Amino acid sequence: MRKYLQITFVLGVFGALVLLRQLKGDDAPIVTPNISSQNPTPASIQNSGMTQPTTMPTMGQYKNGTYIGSVQDAFYGNIQVQATISNGKISNVTFLQFPNDNRTSQFVNSQADPILSQEAIQAQSAQVDIVSGASASSQAFQASLADALSQAK
Amino acid sequence: MKKQAIIMGMLVTVQIFDHQSTNEDIQEVFAYLHYIDQKFSTYRKDSEISQINRGEINNLDYSNEMKKVLELCEETKKETDGYFDINLNGILDPSGSVKGYAIWQSSLIFKNKGFKNFYIEIAGDIQTFGKNEKGESWRAGIQNPFNQKEIIKVLKISNVGIATSGNYQRGKHIINPKTKLPADEIASLTVIGANVYEADRFATAAFAMGEKGIEFIERSKNLEGYMVKNDKIAVMTSGFKKYL
Repeated sequence: MRKYLQITFVLGVFGALVLLRQLKGDDAPIVTPNISSQNPTPASIQNSGMTQPTTMPTMGQYKNGTYIGSVQDAFYGNIQVQATISNGKISNVTFLQFPNDNRTSQFVNSQADPILSQEAIQAQSAQVDIVSGASASSQAFQASLADALSQAK
Repeated sequence: MKKQAIIMGMLVTVQIFDHQSTNEDIQEVFAYLHYIDQKFSTYRKDSEISQINRGEINNLDYSNEMKKVLELCEETKKETDGYFDINLNGILDPSGSVKGYAIWQSSLIFKNKGFKNFYIEIAGDIQTFGKNEKGESWRAGIQNPFNQKEIIKVLKISNVGIATSGNYQRGKHIINPKTKLPADEIASLTVIGANVYEADRFATAAFAMGEKGIEFIERSKNLEGYMVKNDKIAVMTSGFKKYL
């Protein structure tokens, strides 16, 4: 649950990294030294950090190149990242400095406050097997939505 | 094979993709759910829980299943700092975890038969195992609490349970035990857990906590959550994205 706690903690510092969210599901490699990469999506954005876009940003709005962020004190150590933009999208993020080189800082990290991210809710595709809701019915939901979509054509 | 039934006043859906499964297997689960309804439904005057609430059964004479569920509820109360409490003004109402319990027990019936790919859903709470028809993880949508025709998130889940608490569809049925008032600080809270029993009971408790509930889920091992606030902003736990 807290795998990317350290990353998310600092994300608020780097405005340029807001686009990390775009990486969700992409094949773009993300370099996260010394971190298990089971889930290559360090895209959580701290609750109080920055404003999350309510819609996905348009692709390609960033200039190509490699950008190095400033060194930031993350309380338990310094963090510095390098972001590479290709075709206007973030293609890589490397942590140049990361406070995971001693056990104490890792312990501190795991004891930090919950790191939550937020977004505005948005309607999604109805292509689902099941629906979780407060006493909802998947079937009624799907039938209803299919009907609504047919009217929208 | 997919079958549906109305049990406990709710739509029950079962789907299995194991060739050896039969209609009888599914009927066995439906029969079990009817049995649970007879024990635990607070809407039925003849249920065991209603008889208990009328003082007609001595606690030594509770059925084993009742004792087990009440014990589990007590455990949940301790684990949630009292936010899960089936005792409201002297009346026991274990509904906040019975649905999850019933789905999970039903899943075990199928597991014991060797089935590997199925889901069981009761009114929006779901246990998944294995894969769907396409051989992929089950695709579960989270319903929009403000527009029940919409889904606002699609999750890829397998071998986990998912439950959503909210007061938007069945009225304000979740009460904050601390204030004795209906919980209405947030619109809905979806929890993914190791199984649907875990998801259901902690979704109920964390929903009653209001906006702090998602922090409780974040701190809890093996739970992830997606909370929708009344301002239509969703807040999710740090590990939630692994299901996207």
